[in-house]
Amino acid sequence: MMEVNGSAMIVMAGKNCVGIASDRRLGWNKQMTVACDFQKVFQLNDRIIVGLAGLGTDVQSLRNLLRFRMNLYKLREEREMSPKAFSAMLASLLYEKRFGPYFVEPVVAGLNEDGKPFISSMDFIGAPTSAEDFVVQGTCYSQLHGMCESLYRPDMDQNALFETLSQCLQAAVDRDALSGWGAEVHIITPEGTYTRTLKSRQD
Amino acid sequence: MGDNFFNFSLTTFNRSGRLLQIEYALNAVRNGKLSVGIRATDGVVIVTEKKMPSVLFDSKDVTKIEPITSSCGMVFAGLMADFRVLVRRSRKTAQTYKLTYGENQPIRELVKGTARVVQEYTQSGGVRPFGVSVLAAGYDDDGPHLYQIDPSGVYIQWKATAIGKGDANAKSDLERRATAGISFDDMTLDDAIHHALQTLRTGVEGEMTRSNIQVAVVDSTRKFRVLSEEEVQDFLDEAR
Repeated sequence: MMEVNGSAMIVMAGKNCVGIASDRRLGWNKQMTVACDFQKVFQLNDRIIVGLAGLGTDVQSLRNLLRFRMNLYKLREEREMSPKAFSAMLASLLYEKRFGPYFVEPVVAGLNEDGKPFISSMDFIGAPTSAEDFVVQGTCYSQLHGMCESLYRPDMDQNALFETLSQCLQAAVDRDALSGWGAEVHIITPEGTYTRTLKSRQD
Repeated sequence: MGDNFFNFSLTTFNRSGRLLQIEYALNAVRNGKLSVGIRATDGVVIVTEKKMPSVLFDSKDVTKIEPITSSCGMVFAGLMADFRVLVRRSRKTAQTYKLTYGENQPIRELVKGTARVVQEYTQSGGVRPFGVSVLAAGYDDDGPHLYQIDPSGVYIQWKATAIGKGDANAKSDLERRATAGISFDDMTLDDAIHHALQTLRTGVEGEMTRSNIQVAVVDSTRKFRVLSEEEVQDFLDEAR
């Protein structure tokens, strides 16, 4: 189910910044490429970006559900949701559908109040992992993981983070038929979020 | 809400637009023992009279103050049994929040949730309003808070307040302190405890002892706790 549409994403921590990189391919039935501009990464507030890897329809439905929950939280509590609470909420949401799940494996990139990065990912039924360095998800999981292990260094500034994320993603998706066809990188810093689209191999 | 045989509300408007059942519930609250709450800059204190009708009661077991989460607790004036229902519901709501978000629910949200339950019982079929006013004391990311929830479902944040029998006198006493220059905006928790006990005394017949009053605090450590009888005795002694 997770391979029907194809996806690749990385979240990486830097020094007082966090970055997320994702491909943009939408495939059908593991065969055709239908779109090269399919959005899988969503900025939910100033300090949280979520990347949803997996079945396209569930990516979109979950994105709407998350926006719904974030909005209600903001209205009720009169404050922004923290990345940690968001991650816990997302895990809870996914587990609610334990026996009829969303086929989505999310990655969360967040910046805490104190500027420290927050990273987590989970499987499609909400088993969370948090890391200090990076997390990956997608059809080329192994390739992404290998690239990150090789290229990652701690305490990168936002420019180095951007370079590393781009190189890791590009190299990994080039070894996977189901992901690629475009890439985007977002870096969250205390000053704001910087988004860049990468020119990549369109095959 | 248990077995609901009635489809119609028992709380209905009278001609002048009042909900008499809620007003009667407030009467029940006014019959209850006095409880006082004060919010300081670094915490909140709630005190209540815990008078036992007979010496045969084992007073150690009786508690009028209940923790809802690790950082929030409630005291009441009115019907203890109704209070226990609200405590149970609030605890469940708070834990559900914690299960979903991994953090303690902010006090205002907790109070809103409890107030919603109270309001539902003024409009649902076959039930009567809760015969309690509740004081909720808690400490969250926004600091210390003291809230009151009325039988109507209204919730109000206070710097200092009193509920139960003699509440008007007690509130006048608190207001007198405020106009005499004691600032509730600028008070330490220790001072607040002393003021609360002095205000409580205005409504308690006879002597206040460690076993006929209950004191609870939540301070900047965010741990809500009911003081032991020894600690209460210390505060009573200091006041002498």
